[in-house]
Amino acid sequence: MFTRTALEAVTRPPAAFLRSSWPWRSLAYLLSSVPLAALASGVVYAAVEFGVAIACAAAVLAVVVLGPVLAWFERVRLRLVDLAPVRVDRTRSAGPRAGLTARRARQASLPGTRVRQAAHPGTRARQAARSRARVAARLAACLRDQATWRAYGFVTLALGVMWVVDLGMVSLATWIPLVLLSGPLQPDIDLATGLALAAAGIVLLPLSAYLMTAWAGARAMITRAVLAPADAEVVRSRARLVDAFESERRRIERDLHDGAQQRLVALSMKLGLAKLDLPPGSPAAAQLDEAHEEAKKALAELRELIRGVHPQVLTDRGLPAAVLDVAGRSPVPADVDLVLPVRPPVPVEVTAYYVVCEALANVAKHSGATRCSVRGRLVGGTLVLEVGDDGIGGADPEAGSGLAGLADRVAVADGVMTLSSPPGGPTSLRVELPCPAPAPAETPRPAPSPAATPCPVLPPVENTWTTSPRA
Amino acid sequence: MDHLTSRVADVSGLRVVLAEDAVLLREGLAGLLRRFGHEVVASVGDADALLAAFEEHEPDIVVADVRMPPGFTDEGLRAALTLRAARPGLAVLVLSQYVEQTYAAELLDTGGGIGIGYLLKERIGDVKDFVDALERVAAGGTVVDPEVVRQLLSRRRDPLTRLTPREHEVLGLIAEGRSNAAIARRLVVTEAAVSKHMAAILAKLDLPPAQDDHRRVLAVLAYLRA
Repeated sequence: MFTRTALEAVTRPPAAFLRSSWPWRSLAYLLSSVPLAALASGVVYAAVEFGVAIACAAAVLAVVVLGPVLAWFERVRLRLVDLAPVRVDRTRSAGPRAGLTARRARQASLPGTRVRQAAHPGTRARQAARSRARVAARLAACLRDQATWRAYGFVTLALGVMWVVDLGMVSLATWIPLVLLSGPLQPDIDLATGLALAAAGIVLLPLSAYLMTAWAGARAMITRAVLAPADAEVVRSRARLVDAFESERRRIERDLHDGAQQRLVALSMKLGLAKLDLPPGSPAAAQLDEAHEEAKKALAELRELIRGVHPQVLTDRGLPAAVLDVAGRSPVPADVDLVLPVRPPVPVEVTAYYVVCEALANVAKHSGATRCSVRGRLVGGTLVLEVGDDGIGGADPEAGSGLAGLADRVAVADGVMTLSSPPGGPTSLRVELPCPAPAPAETPRPAPSPAATPCPVLPPVENTWTTSPRA
Repeated sequence: MDHLTSRVADVSGLRVVLAEDAVLLREGLAGLLRRFGHEVVASVGDADALLAAFEEHEPDIVVADVRMPPGFTDEGLRAALTLRAARPGLAVLVLSQYVEQTYAAELLDTGGGIGIGYLLKERIGDVKDFVDALERVAAGGTVVDPEVVRQLLSRRRDPLTRLTPREHEVLGLIAEGRSNAAIARRLVVTEAAVSKHMAAILAKLDLPPAQDDHRRVLAVLAYLRA
């Protein structure tokens, strides 16, 4: 078994653990707190020598100036006890949209598309101003970034408390066994007692190894959670995957629309024309009729398929129109009340659309309802959607009803899904999707519907089952 | 005499502007229309060319695909709406490979819903029905694809549940823009029977009785979309 962290190492068989490098790695990890100790001692020394006020100022200055360096140092020494890669990629931590922007930037630099170059030579002042603006923008992004503040918090903790525990653990774990081992060498202890003490020391050594490794592992876990949270990266990479799938679906939809569908329509038209030329009742006419019917069926099937792959109306007209359309095809009559003053960003629209589709499909398949409703509003920066029905209730997300997949999809968009479905009904599915202000539209978008009104807050439903990305 | 059939007599030899970006289909459609005695004065491949061709030829009817270059979203529909806004009486037949209530509503909201058609492209295959629909639109009729009508009818509205299945069927055909005579042929009943159903439907839905086929279509559509 490949061991990746100190904590995993502790759970291995004792012989394997003690022979491994993990105790030594842990020792090194904890000892590398010495610079922190020196820094903290410096502050204490300053307090004694120059007064508490100056010491406090020095401490704040040290944290502010050295914070990023110390955070980097923590990540570097994390490798001693945690072999999983640590990635801190600031351009990515701006959220799922950052990936999109990067992709657009790449597309813009593809051959064939012209990239604007700095047009006027010798305008150094302007370039300097531009680079100053860039630095300011990066600084602002840094300050807005949660990761920056997490790092400062962690550094404060490490400087204030953690080094004491680190070095305390090392001394506790090494000092007692070493003192015991030195028994035979002590002048005022007789040899037999000394040897007995040394034996006790030898027994204690492995225990010390466990003690140190366990604390080093725990400390590393805290460090990773705060300074290099992996799950956020996973969520973001999932979001990028969903984005990629979505653009692929659009491409497939376009290809089917421009290719197979056009040809089938042309074929159907030719068959229709051919029918006009044949005398009715002839054997060929009957065959042709059949062929024509088949072509029409194929067209109808293809139409549904294309709609499933990517709903064009969602792109053209936005969420309310697309939802109205889905509701129109729902076997269970659905009332739609969806008013959005602005169009949400595309990934939010797509997620919301699939939520409604899946929810309505579930209503039709499982609920036994006679009517259902879709309601949606933008509340603050959140798109709140509710799909309710008057059916038998008892919807179970574990029973493969598609609800689990829906929850995953919502989680990728950083949203929360809440299901209330007591046996006997009614069922209500509530989805909240964070909905940042839409980016400057890349395609011309129609003006918001005149019916757009300020949105009343929907009352939260009773919470029986909730998923969230962090759950 | 039926209002629409009386108009159909003078819709032969229509001058048509055709906007469709798929060449195969555009040529096929032009051939089909010529075969039925109509004149395709211009066939174009994008929305701007459509607007230009309209200016140049002043056709009797415009047939346009929803999705056209350069954006391949709904340029054709927007061009149709622009034309209708400029010339409310202009007959426009919009074709699409999928139908949406939203688009139907946008089209019906122009020019009082007169002389407008919105059909799935695959309806072209039923050549005679298609040409018939085109002629009805040119005559100021309203033609809405059965697919849209089905969606509209499936929306819950209490008075609809009071209709008998047969009345439901008749209502659907009215909403598609069919005349009494056409409905009678379709359902293999007499026109008198259709008129009786019609009266019952209008009464149940609290719609004003209308002799004129076209007004009736608009009333029913307005009701369904409400």
